[in-house]
Amino acid sequence: MAGETQSTTEATHAGTEVPTEHHSGPFPPFNSETFASQILWLAITFGLFYWIIKNVAVPRISGILEDRKDRIAGDLSEANRLKEETDEAIAAYEQALAEARAKAHGIAHDTRAKLKADNEARREKAEAELAKKLAAAESQIAEVKSQAMEQIGDIAGETTSALVEALMGKAPTKTDLSKALKSAMD
Amino acid sequence: MSNDPIHQFQIQKIFPIEVGGMDFSFTNSSLFMGLTVAAASAFLIFSTSGRGLVPTRMQSVAEMAYEFVASMLRDAAGTDGMRFFPMVFSIFMFVLFGNLFGMFPYFFTITSHIIVTFALAMLVILTVVIYGFMRNGMKFLKLFVPSGVPGALIPLVTAIEIISFLSRPISLSVRLFANMLAGHITLKVFSGFVVSLGALGAAGVAGAVLPLGMTVALTALEFLVAFLQAYVFTVLTCMYLNDALHPSH
Repeated sequence: MAGETQSTTEATHAGTEVPTEHHSGPFPPFNSETFASQILWLAITFGLFYWIIKNVAVPRISGILEDRKDRIAGDLSEANRLKEETDEAIAAYEQALAEARAKAHGIAHDTRAKLKADNEARREKAEAELAKKLAAAESQIAEVKSQAMEQIGDIAGETTSALVEALMGKAPTKTDLSKALKSAMD
Repeated sequence: MSNDPIHQFQIQKIFPIEVGGMDFSFTNSSLFMGLTVAAASAFLIFSTSGRGLVPTRMQSVAEMAYEFVASMLRDAAGTDGMRFFPMVFSIFMFVLFGNLFGMFPYFFTITSHIIVTFALAMLVILTVVIYGFMRNGMKFLKLFVPSGVPGALIPLVTAIEIISFLSRPISLSVRLFANMLAGHITLKVFSGFVVSLGALGAAGVAGAVLPLGMTVALTALEFLVAFLQAYVFTVLTCMYLNDALHPSH
């Protein structure tokens, strides 16, 4: 401040030393004759300016800033809402996926169990059939065997009687033959 | 145009008006007050007429000025202080445009007259005093008695506080007035040297380069000062208004 005032006075001196022009009256800013007019016109112009600022400029600019703030806040909340929706959709999808996976597991398990049961049943049936066939075959074999055994006795009797006849010239009696055969076969 | 650096501060009557022996003439000062108000209002109104959500360049300048002053006031005086925003914003824009208008050659600088800056300073101080008493009643006087001062020192401190309070309108107005006056005189003196030296022939023209460079540099400085003094005036206004709102500091 002090430096500035000093430079003012210096400059004033420098100025007043210029000889081309000299002004009458006091230094203009300190000329009290002009004060009333300046104050009046300042009051009028500044009063008008204040009115314009208060009633036009400030409401308008604050309105613009307010709108912008609201818009940004609105956009942000909209973005948040959309994000929440997305999150919900993702969660629902995950859940659906998990459910589907569980279901698929269940189906696979059921199918496997069913197939296993089917196989088991078919195998048992086949085994039962086979056992039956085996039993039939065995009984057939036994029958054939016993038939064969019987026929062996006849054949042996005939052969023996033929041999005895050829050796002794006389066929043995039936009673002797069967006695001899019986003792030979036992 | 004269070479006299004081000439630019002369008040010239354009329409002489006299009421009851008092001179209320419409002068060049009045004209430039009117032009300042017209330019500042036009700037604020036309730049924001689009009310764009995305501001144009001019609109963003107007918004920046608004937010600059608003944050200054809010920082100094709190949210309560925002009731004074229209006044503070008017003062800032008026002083800023008045200062910048003064930077045009041949233009009159309204803020280079002490009575104008003093009237603005008194507007601020009277607002502080009147609003301070309205809001706080007698508690407003606590402003002059800082808390936590030992009893023996209270008379001394109070005296200092009162003197500093009374000197506020003077320091506030003289700071702005002296800066504008000194800057314009200095500019005029240096540019006057350019003309005077230039008239002396070839050597003089060569010598005139120095004051010419000085004039260019000073012009840049004066633009800075024009803005800075508007800012200083406004920031002090905000701090004084804070006293009216919160007197017990």
